[in-house]
Amino acid sequence: MPDSQTKIRVIVAKPGLDGHDRGAKVIARALRDAGMEVIYTGLRQTPSQIVQTVIQEDAYCLCISILSGAHNHLFPEILKLLGEADVQDVLILGGGIIPPEDVPALKKLGVSEVFGPGTSTSDTVKYIREHVQPRA
Amino acid sequence: MKRTPKPGPLEKWERETLPRSLERMPERRSTFVTTSGHPVPRLATPAGGDAPAEIGLPGEFPYTRGIYPTMYRSRLWTMRQFAGFGTAEETNERFKYLLEHGQTGLSTAFDLPTLMGYDSDHPYSHGEVGREGVAVCNLADMEVLFDRIPLDKVSVSMTINSPAAPIFAMFLGVAEKQGVGFTKLNGTLQNDILKEYIAQKEYVFPPGPSMRLVVDSIEYCQREVPRWNTISISGYHIREAGSTAIQELAFTLANGMAYVQAAKARGLDVDEFAPRLSFFFNAHNDLFEEVAKYRAARRIWAKMMRDSFGAKSPASWLLRTHAQTAGCSLTAQQPEVNIVRTTIQALAAILGGTQSLHTNSMDEALALPTEKAVRIALRTQQVLAFESGAANVVDPLGGSWYVEQLTDQMEQGAMDYFRRIDELGGVIPAIEAGFFQREIAEAAYRYQKEIETKDRTIVGVNDFALEESPIEILKIDPALEKKQLERLSAVKSRRDNDRVRLELGRLREAATGTANVFPPLLACARAYATLGEMMDVFREVYGEYVEEATF
Repeated sequence: MPDSQTKIRVIVAKPGLDGHDRGAKVIARALRDAGMEVIYTGLRQTPSQIVQTVIQEDAYCLCISILSGAHNHLFPEILKLLGEADVQDVLILGGGIIPPEDVPALKKLGVSEVFGPGTSTSDTVKYIREHVQPRA
Repeated sequence: MKRTPKPGPLEKWERETLPRSLERMPERRSTFVTTSGHPVPRLATPAGGDAPAEIGLPGEFPYTRGIYPTMYRSRLWTMRQFAGFGTAEETNERFKYLLEHGQTGLSTAFDLPTLMGYDSDHPYSHGEVGREGVAVCNLADMEVLFDRIPLDKVSVSMTINSPAAPIFAMFLGVAEKQGVGFTKLNGTLQNDILKEYIAQKEYVFPPGPSMRLVVDSIEYCQREVPRWNTISISGYHIREAGSTAIQELAFTLANGMAYVQAAKARGLDVDEFAPRLSFFFNAHNDLFEEVAKYRAARRIWAKMMRDSFGAKSPASWLLRTHAQTAGCSLTAQQPEVNIVRTTIQALAAILGGTQSLHTNSMDEALALPTEKAVRIALRTQQVLAFESGAANVVDPLGGSWYVEQLTDQMEQGAMDYFRRIDELGGVIPAIEAGFFQREIAEAAYRYQKEIETKDRTIVGVNDFALEESPIEILKIDPALEKKQLERLSAVKSRRDNDRVRLELGRLREAATGTANVFPPLLACARAYATLGEMMDVFREVYGEYVEEATF
């Protein structure tokens, strides 16, 4: 975990064509209110744009919001590009409309946790604090 | 000599408005009775006879009590479940299933690539084809979608906004193939671009050119498709994005007024186009506030149309609306409980006097609905229509001190917002300043905080929770994407590509100039030009809109 002096830097990303950004904006704001540094990508980011943002911002955590049913396509794409760029230490979280039965496969790919509808933002904050990788 | 006193509003209503209406729309039964066998009055009124003018009488200005004198006693609301997934074949099957089970109108959900104006073979479409609606790339898909559905008999609603014009051109192309004259077509195009910038974010072009396309559709339909509802001015998505009920009401009506202004600026006659504008509101959990919202919406719109826009025909004053229960209120936890939420919300829309209704399925927070979940949602409407008694009397909550007070408050709250929007220079400048987006994000965050601090109880989420096993959900077969791509490629190889190029060139001319884009769009559709090709013409001419990312 980063020491208390370092702000946890989080990217909140909306990949794909979906414009439903209520959840992404609520979580971005909750993380900021919890003292994290939050960068919201805005809408319709391609997987490669998202990975570029993660690298450029040297983010600790990437939160990906998908409500369109395209998660089984978009998550693997983003994770593949992160792997190719040799990004190892970023905590990857998912949120949105993702059926529970799709979650195990996403976790196998490297998504650390998926937060569905009804998750309390404080649970997400706690999870991020407990799971982000320490940085040198 | 005895003087006859001047008849009061109620007496006049009974003598003139009611018989005229009964002649046109007779009641469903000769008598309506309670379960105790007592007759149900058509309309309950104050003991003295007349209600205040602000409340008035159903079917009369300002329509607080409903747009028809007899409301559901004559005609029930249209039960219209929104459906679409996979390719045109799967959705056509679902449409026929719904019609067989007593649904009375169709409502088409398109997939995200279609909603954003991309063909299924565009790189951005990969993984999204047919996921949350049906993929439609060209006239061939549209032909399959409405196969064996008589378009002169079934009214069709299409939820499409940025690409509304090309999609509607394809729909007209199918009508031609079915031999149905455009004057017989009945249905609704959502075509409400302003709420896309405000809430749902499926915009493509900047606001100016987008408004031009909307006004083109109003102008074209007025001339060629006179029974078509040209815009469904939607609060639904504003509410789903997290707004309050008052914000939903205010922003939606403000958008409605912006369309009226734009059409008038084109030189169109308000009494020609206003009767074809319709609305679409959310029905959320707070039963009485929701009822008040519908009642206030009618009253505000009637006053605005008559007094601010100079509409002379009563048909222009009427706010006709579709309603959908609140998807955002449904929970992934204990999903069966969503049936109960949906029932209350549907009741709110009915007590509010909606003209048509979609009830959400219990699995909404998990995936697209299964056939069983959709059937229960439709059955919910049928129980309300045929068993609850709510449809047997007009505006049953009219005159309730609480509901009338709430109605006044909703109206006042909306008027306050109209003032703030005016101060910002109108709807489009307010969008560009991020005003609506900020107001909604603020309300959404507040709502979430209330849930987390348990100021607001959500059953099964922050109270009464339990461990449970998952319910069955709908799977979209990934093979459907491949099937769609194959059909698209087959159409592209067998169509006359020279003709497509020619028609797209004509479309570009219209888009660059001031001629109405519909005639060339229809010619493109007939030539099997794709949605993406038509939208690319517009993209090149108008550019693409990018919103500043704030939270």
